Amino acid sequence: MRDKALVSMSGVEKSFGAARALTGVDLEVARGACVGLVGHNGAGKSTLMNVLSGVIKADAGHVSIGGEPLDASYDTARAASLGVRTVFQELSLCPNLTVAENLRISHPSIKGFGWRKSARNVIADQLDQMFPGHGISADAEVGSLSIAQRQIVEIARAFSKVESSIELVILDEPTSSLDQNTAAQLVAFVRSFVADGGSVILISHLLGEILEASDQIVVMKDGRTVAVDAASNFDRDRLVRDMGDVLTETSKFGGRASTKQNAPAVISGGELTVYPGEIIGFAGLSGHGQTDTLVRIFEASQGARNTLSVSEPAVFVAGDRQTDGVFPLWSISQNIFVSSLERLTKGLAINFAQAEDEAQQWQKTLSIRTPDMKNNILSLSGGNQQKALFARALGAKAPIILMDDPMRGVDVGTKQDVYEILSQEAEKGRALVWYTTETDELKHCDRVYVFREGKIMAELSGDDLTEANILSNSFDKEDA
Amino acid sequence: MTALIQKPWIWAWIGAVSMWLIITIVTDIGAGAEVMSAAASFGTFFVIVAIGQMFVITLGPGNVDLSIPACMTLSATLAMKFMNGDPSLLLPGLLISLGVGLVIGTLNFLLILFLRIPPIIATLSASFLYQSTAIWSNRGLRVKPPELLGDFAVAKVFGVPFLTLAALVLTVAMAFLLHRTRFGLSVLSIGQNQKAAKLAGVRVERVRFVTYVMCAVLAAICGFFLAGFSGGAALNMGEQYLLMSIAVVVIGGTSVAGGFANLTGLWGASLFMFLLVSMLNTFGLSAGFRLIFTGAIIVAVIVISGRKT
Repeated sequence: MRDKALVSMSGVEKSFGAARALTGVDLEVARGACVGLVGHNGAGKSTLMNVLSGVIKADAGHVSIGGEPLDASYDTARAASLGVRTVFQELSLCPNLTVAENLRISHPSIKGFGWRKSARNVIADQLDQMFPGHGISADAEVGSLSIAQRQIVEIARAFSKVESSIELVILDEPTSSLDQNTAAQLVAFVRSFVADGGSVILISHLLGEILEASDQIVVMKDGRTVAVDAASNFDRDRLVRDMGDVLTETSKFGGRASTKQNAPAVISGGELTVYPGEIIGFAGLSGHGQTDTLVRIFEASQGARNTLSVSEPAVFVAGDRQTDGVFPLWSISQNIFVSSLERLTKGLAINFAQAEDEAQQWQKTLSIRTPDMKNNILSLSGGNQQKALFARALGAKAPIILMDDPMRGVDVGTKQDVYEILSQEAEKGRALVWYTTETDELKHCDRVYVFREGKIMAELSGDDLTEANILSNSFDKEDA
Repeated sequence: MTALIQKPWIWAWIGAVSMWLIITIVTDIGAGAEVMSAAASFGTFFVIVAIGQMFVITLGPGNVDLSIPACMTLSATLAMKFMNGDPSLLLPGLLISLGVGLVIGTLNFLLILFLRIPPIIATLSASFLYQSTAIWSNRGLRVKPPELLGDFAVAKVFGVPFLTLAALVLTVAMAFLLHRTRFGLSVLSIGQNQKAAKLAGVRVERVRFVTYVMCAVLAAICGFFLAGFSGGAALNMGEQYLLMSIAVVVIGGTSVAGGFANLTGLWGASLFMFLLVSMLNTFGLSAGFRLIFTGAIIVAVIVISGRKT
């Protein structure tokens, strides 16, 4: 008779220097169950999963998998042999290899003559099964895929059936770049996977998704668990309460009063027009030209000649932190003031005292969780790194702010603060262009452009700005 | 002490000091003082080109300037030929040298930007062009410098070569440029993540342009004074500066991957490289063995300094 609990963790502690990331966490995962793990940025979710998957070692506490206690020699290889697979928040595919080759990397059991063919079949089958209509070739180089497609591949790779066993899959914010349709496909697959006896730990900031996919929900806060209960006993409000957030549901779709100011457009070209003081949303399925358009606006603002005319300087808030945003060797404050170098230059040199002061202000405004803004940027959790990128853009004082799905991995409470700041910035006359994969966020926009296949399909505002209209324009008419 | 040991430039200095101690112990203190003075003179020329190379390498993977030796040769040849030993033409001669640096730096950058040739290929192939121009202009003859330039290049203030002092001032100015100015931080940001730098508003191509031009201008100036120092412009005068400029940068603790640099290490590494060769000479080793040993030590330094990150 096998133990019913697949994973049991008790009293797990972990500190990074002075920061206590985990302060005695207990967690049980039953066989054939999906456990939803929610909490603030920096609550310790990712750290806990890193301990469980053998990436880092806990300072104290006990962990057992399949009834077998783990000792100090536990590492990622041991985790793999115990059937633990992980999809990390930060994507871990090799961009220069194909989809099939990436499968081979994480599953060495695919070998011998014709390994390429079998890898191709395994990953293609898995993709077809999990995400029908994904449109990803097994021979595509990962670097050529959009971030959403990469995330899909990474998830499919973790669930692939190969020789090694698969008992538990840890999904750390798997849907942060996925559109709703794909996210729903994943939730459906997770349900069928646990119905077949597998176990899943799901971390997500999308509460609806957690409620739908999980059997049990664990709420974490400040490095410990604060609530554990069956998913059916939770609803959105209770989750938010337990996380310690105040969710203010004030604005509705189309409810934002336009702050558009009587001034000439700052961005124009084709169907696209943006006036000072506006918040403009880019919607549609992910990877349909929204990011490309933002980059083109940015390039035009720097003087590149393309089809857009942009009359004011622009700043860019990257959503793909690792490739587009973070300077990994620098401190948090350096990462913030890099966009303000011109403004901060006094005479010949940069005024570092002022730069550090401003960074401290941003730490307060956006509650960036760190003991010292001079710490390396990578010492922050993903969501807090994202806050630093926001601070970088807001501090640059440019009249146009371009945001490329910037809320990826940011917790609910901080999101509310950022929405508030964005709306204030618009009132001051800045123009904001905001691409988001979370339909809810379009509530905060004056007008929304819906993209499909690289083109703008519709411009919605006022009463027309509804979820139904966005969805119907996102899909081909035959599908809708 | 622990803070000191973690400095990226410390190993270069430890190396330089140990080399000097070995030489002094094996010979005597008089020879030790002499070799130190020579190290300061020759090391100065290494440092001048290495500063430019350091900025280029800091731009990130793939960025390196291999045209330094050809640039030095062409700058020195054209300037010496123009002055033709006349000390009154010293200033115009220096301007010609600077002009050569500007043109070469610009050309290098245009090849990289518009023809999209990787810098390593662009600067290496353009080298042939520059070197050939130097040969064509003077058919490989050694051109003597004006006496005044020769005197200046070996002049000493309180026993320290004047050029060394000037290079120290240059180093401080460049450290300021790297760590305290918009340009320096832009270079460092590009080296860490070029795409992020572009999206953060850094004018990537403008900064790269200035960096490549600066590297070429420093090489040109170095060629000018080296010709004065060593009694004239010769076709092979820049030969050892290709490997040396890169070795000094890397041993000095600058990251080969880009985004992280320091100038303190350049001096330590320059002295180390000169003293290392001197030490091997002191032991009377053959040229071949000397090269093997030098190579092995460079590899070892890179491995050790790469370990800590």
